[in-house]
Amino acid sequence: MKLISEKGVQRILMLTAFSAISALLLIALFILSEGLPFIFKYGLKDFLFSSEWQPNLGKFGIFAMIVASLWVTFGAMIVGAPLGVACAFFLSEYVPRYIMRIIKPTIELLAAIPSVVYGFIGVMVLAPIIRDNFGGPGLSLLSASIILGIMILPTIISISIDSILAVPQSYREGSLALGATIWQTITMVTIKASKSGIIASIILGLGRAIGETMAVIMVAGNSVNIPHSALDSVRTLTANIALEMSYATGLHRQALFATGVVLFVVIIILNSIASVAIRKRMVKK
Amino acid sequence: MNSKFQIQNLNFYFNSEKVLKEINLEIPANKILGIIGPSGSGKTTFLRSLNRMNDFEITSRIEGKILLDGKDIYNSDFDVVALRKKVGMVFAMPVALPMSIYENVVYGPKLDGINDKNKLSELVEKSLSAAYLWDEVKDRLKTSGMRLSGGQQQRLCLARVLAMEPDVILLDEPCSGLDPISTAKIEDALAQLKKEYTIILVTNNTKQAARVADNTAFFLMGEMIEVGVTKQIFTSPQKSETNDYITGRFG
Repeated sequence: MKLISEKGVQRILMLTAFSAISALLLIALFILSEGLPFIFKYGLKDFLFSSEWQPNLGKFGIFAMIVASLWVTFGAMIVGAPLGVACAFFLSEYVPRYIMRIIKPTIELLAAIPSVVYGFIGVMVLAPIIRDNFGGPGLSLLSASIILGIMILPTIISISIDSILAVPQSYREGSLALGATIWQTITMVTIKASKSGIIASIILGLGRAIGETMAVIMVAGNSVNIPHSALDSVRTLTANIALEMSYATGLHRQALFATGVVLFVVIIILNSIASVAIRKRMVKK
Repeated sequence: MNSKFQIQNLNFYFNSEKVLKEINLEIPANKILGIIGPSGSGKTTFLRSLNRMNDFEITSRIEGKILLDGKDIYNSDFDVVALRKKVGMVFAMPVALPMSIYENVVYGPKLDGINDKNKLSELVEKSLSAAYLWDEVKDRLKTSGMRLSGGQQQRLCLARVLAMEPDVILLDEPCSGLDPISTAKIEDALAQLKKEYTIILVTNNTKQAARVADNTAFFLMGEMIEVGVTKQIFTSPQKSETNDYITGRFG
């Protein structure tokens, strides 16, 4: 009796575990089967390297949007990475542990705010400030970068803190006892020992930034062009899919799936780099 | 007698627990002071209060005075970083910093602003030789310090303290995880080093104190029961607790 139920439990658990994996497989298959035929028909080169996106004329070049996605992600890194890493070092090295244990979950709450709220704040607060002080339409590459930079902070901070705390206390004590200040200990020992975890946190944040859609649609302005300054309005790959999918048909619809394929590949590459970096850290310990 | 440290009415608390009680002790220069006692008797806490490594325990509190060359190291205008350069420390766990052997040794001097290559190389050879490690590592100074064995890493830790040319060396059970040969090498090094340095050695191994220390202090439950010349402590202790401990009746 007991043996049977044990086996039953195992089967049910296996089924649930399997359904999660098969969901991923199905999504990948679906996107590829819808997107790849288009890429072969239209030509990879024309698709990736032309910036003419005029679905009604049958022109589907996503170069401008690739550039926009890369710039927005890069901008988010410039805003988020230094802030996040600095915050992680401050919380783990300068602040007593019990205070860190209060602040860290609070920062992680940032991840629980819906992205539409970030977008809303971007539209109502950030965009007007940028328009009034720097000119341009306000809804721009710059506002998207800043909003995304804030959105990826919890990812960067929380994974960085974990990897900094994983550095053995004996390294710190050894360095401090040799007359190093806390700052010297961070720059000469702790950063070195927690480097791979910090890099992984930044790459995971990068993956989040490149995939974010709602907030970007709301603050980036969405016009299809290669940006010449941070104040230009841009449309990212994700925004393009979300904006046009509801009415697209035929070739246009396939082109949007193909855009999804490009995004999918980029994010898989980023995540693999991050997981390799994280695994390297585990092995070292 | 020329004393390096003077400890006056030292009390130490973690939260409200009193872990050191009314310690009064003079530590003479250029001698080895051995501190023995069962675990939990406050030896390590006492040692760490001498170079203020306890500062990082935010719930700790200290009363009384610790004078180094006549100056109170807990005075608010005393430079903690300078103190740690003057009073070096070797920990119980032999851990090299995650860098090469060479970089481990020059870590302290570089912080001090010494960048002259020749001077640094000279320091490396001198310190590693004094720690009885030079012959074993001289051909692989660029390899990671973490590749060394436990005993070698502990001598590397000693060398990196020596490279700072401190006045005092604190050793916290430096041989607790080491084999007899490594232990002998460290003890040989200490015997040489006392000519130039004041050494304070906390040890769980009473025989080690008997072998290398000039003076020995016995700690029990946060109190210093007795201090005196090592030979006298081990042959005719004044207090019955000391006698019980060194003859192995407890601890």
